[in-house]
Amino acid sequence: MANKDPKRGLIKGRGLPLRENDVDTDRIIPARYLKWVTFDGLGAHAFEDARKDAKGQPNDHPFNDPRYKGASVLIVNRNFGCGSSREHAPQALSRAGIEALVGESFAEIFSGNCVTLGLPAARVSAADAAELQDLVAANPSLVVEVDLEGREVRAGAKKYALTMPEAQRQALVAGTWDSTGSLLSNEAKIRKIASSLPYMAWKTAG
Amino acid sequence: MSKNLFDKVWDAHRVGSLPTGQDQLFIGLHLIHEVTSPQAFGMLEERGLKVLYPGRSFATCDHIVPTESRARPFADPEAEAMMAELEKNVKKHGIAFFDFASGRQGVLHVVGPELGLTQPGMTIACGDSHTATHGAVGAIAFGIGTTQVCDVLATQTLAMDRPKVRKIEVSGKLGKGVGAKDIILAIMARFGVEGGLGYAYEYTGEAIRALSMEGRMTLCNMSIEGGARSGYVSPDQTTYDYLKGRPYAPTGADWDRALVWWKSLASAPDASFDDEKSIDGSAIEPMVTWGINPGHAIGVGQRMPKIADLPPAERDVARKAYDYMQFAEGAPIAGTKINVAFVGSCTNGRISDLRDAAALAKGRKVAKGVRALVVPGSMQVDAQARAEGLDKVFAEAGFEYRNPGCSMCLAMNPDKLRGDEVSASSSNRNFIGRQGSPRGRTLLMSPAMVVAAAVAGEVVDSRSL
Ligand code: SF4
Repeated sequence: MANKDPKRGLIKGRGLPLRENDVDTDRIIPARYLKWVTFDGLGAHAFEDARKDAKGQPNDHPFNDPRYKGASVLIVNRNFGCGSSREHAPQALSRAGIEALVGESFAEIFSGNCVTLGLPAARVSAADAAELQDLVAANPSLVVEVDLEGREVRAGAKKYALTMPEAQRQALVAGTWDSTGSLLSNEAKIRKIASSLPYMAWKTAG
Repeated sequence: MSKNLFDKVWDAHRVGSLPTGQDQLFIGLHLIHEVTSPQAFGMLEERGLKVLYPGRSFATCDHIVPTESRARPFADPEAEAMMAELEKNVKKHGIAFFDFASGRQGVLHVVGPELGLTQPGMTIACGDSHTATHGAVGAIAFGIGTTQVCDVLATQTLAMDRPKVRKIEVSGKLGKGVGAKDIILAIMARFGVEGGLGYAYEYTGEAIRALSMEGRMTLCNMSIEGGARSGYVSPDQTTYDYLKGRPYAPTGADWDRALVWWKSLASAPDASFDDEKSIDGSAIEPMVTWGINPGHAIGVGQRMPKIADLPPAERDVARKAYDYMQFAEGAPIAGTKINVAFVGSCTNGRISDLRDAAALAKGRKVAKGVRALVVPGSMQVDAQARAEGLDKVFAEAGFEYRNPGCSMCLAMNPDKLRGDEVSASSSNRNFIGRQGSPRGRTLLMSPAMVVAAAVAGEVVDSRSL
């Protein structure tokens, strides 16, 4: 990823519909993979348990569906990514080839984590999310365009207005989503605020 | 109208605006655990950065720690590797580490407050979504991702969107046998799992003021389950009494200075909020969840909802929940058979929780066929529980009393559900697969309700014991 252009103003790819509300991060990446000390290899385990039936056999989860192989725009519904703060969830999605998420709504820590990876989580209306899912399910080769600059999602002849927190949208469009750099540049101001906080100097027994 | 605590604390910690329009926020206390930090230290090193304020970060290990033998190396090589990585990182960067030998190890959200690290007016961040727990003392505390852990290490700051603040007033007196866990489950049931998106919650009102500090921690802990990234209780005498004398609380003249500052931060009665909601505390029953998110909560005397009676937007999830839980819509939740009982976690693994649980367990026996576990939240909780003989009470009643850690809350250690077992759990998440089996079923409830279920072998009203 290192040499890839960080600008994310326009992302194009085939869609992958995942129809469900309240998909939590435990489902996106089961907790057992949190035991890895690096994020490498997480992509293969995205939705691992959700992709199996009670007997451990692959079910009809869209991540198992050969029609969506190579798809990069994940189309979801309400409150996607709720639950834990684990960055493993967007890391797993990103490493599974997902380059943008479109859905009715996203949990806050999750969408923030997505941005730190340069992965947009764009909101559309509930009806638009459902319609996009239908379109893609009917035609898996359809290219979905997530246009953060133009604030719309396009699929075939259809257009849908997208929203996302303005700070996130701008950072993705400008390619400045890697926050560490801009935070680092203010060290003098950081030290000034630190010294103004009373508790920084308090004595404790420890 | 005056500023609420959240706004005062935010403004005091605001370094400035970033090019994205977000605020750069100074973090007063950073808590680190083994699961979300190794990748962050890795990023730090990749960039050749140092930890800017090593004295403001504190580490312990909780998620992967086995609750039976803590002998090193751990039996699970992946757990051992995580632990070794944390030990290496804290040593290299000069960060205080509460390891087993310190006698202070435990779940971070239990350890922070009990050591007095967590204080009113601080900004607190941790790579764990239940960081809101620390809001109980009147801090702004929130969970962050791993890249942000790296940001805090490198700069002691975060890029943040300022949330709106919602006051949730819980009025009236709680009934006997009803506590903080029931309040927060009732709030989840009322406002849904997404109701807090974009908000920080200030919990207030007669029922909240009457809660102990530990009860307030239980309450704030589950803010994230309602979509709010942080939740807090403005500090009062209960807060100051709790903090006084704790190892990292200010001492001497600094204590007096601290009191003045803390009192100046508390939300005044005329404080303004972006939104206000209220719920009647006197009407809350002991709560139990029936489904697959914490908003699927009902009073123990109630029936599980009929799908047709739910708002249309809730029906798909409810259908999935009934299918997964193998419960019938409209059936009473009381009488649901359980296989496993778990008392512990950062929600309900504190000494007051263990006392509540032991009071009910005393002189009773866990039902045949039920596997019951009590896992203290920290080594200090464990020491106190043993000093009070609670460990023996639990053992006599047929509970396994274990070493401190997250344990079956997310089952990253050997404590797991098997197959489609039903668990009565004092933890905070009833997500599909959360307790270690992809088909395991979790019913969230208070510690007292867990013990009652363990004894009866099924969900019962703890007040009837
Ligand atoms: S006890 Fe559970 S919720 Fe709390 S920190 Fe541990 S795993 Fe997370």
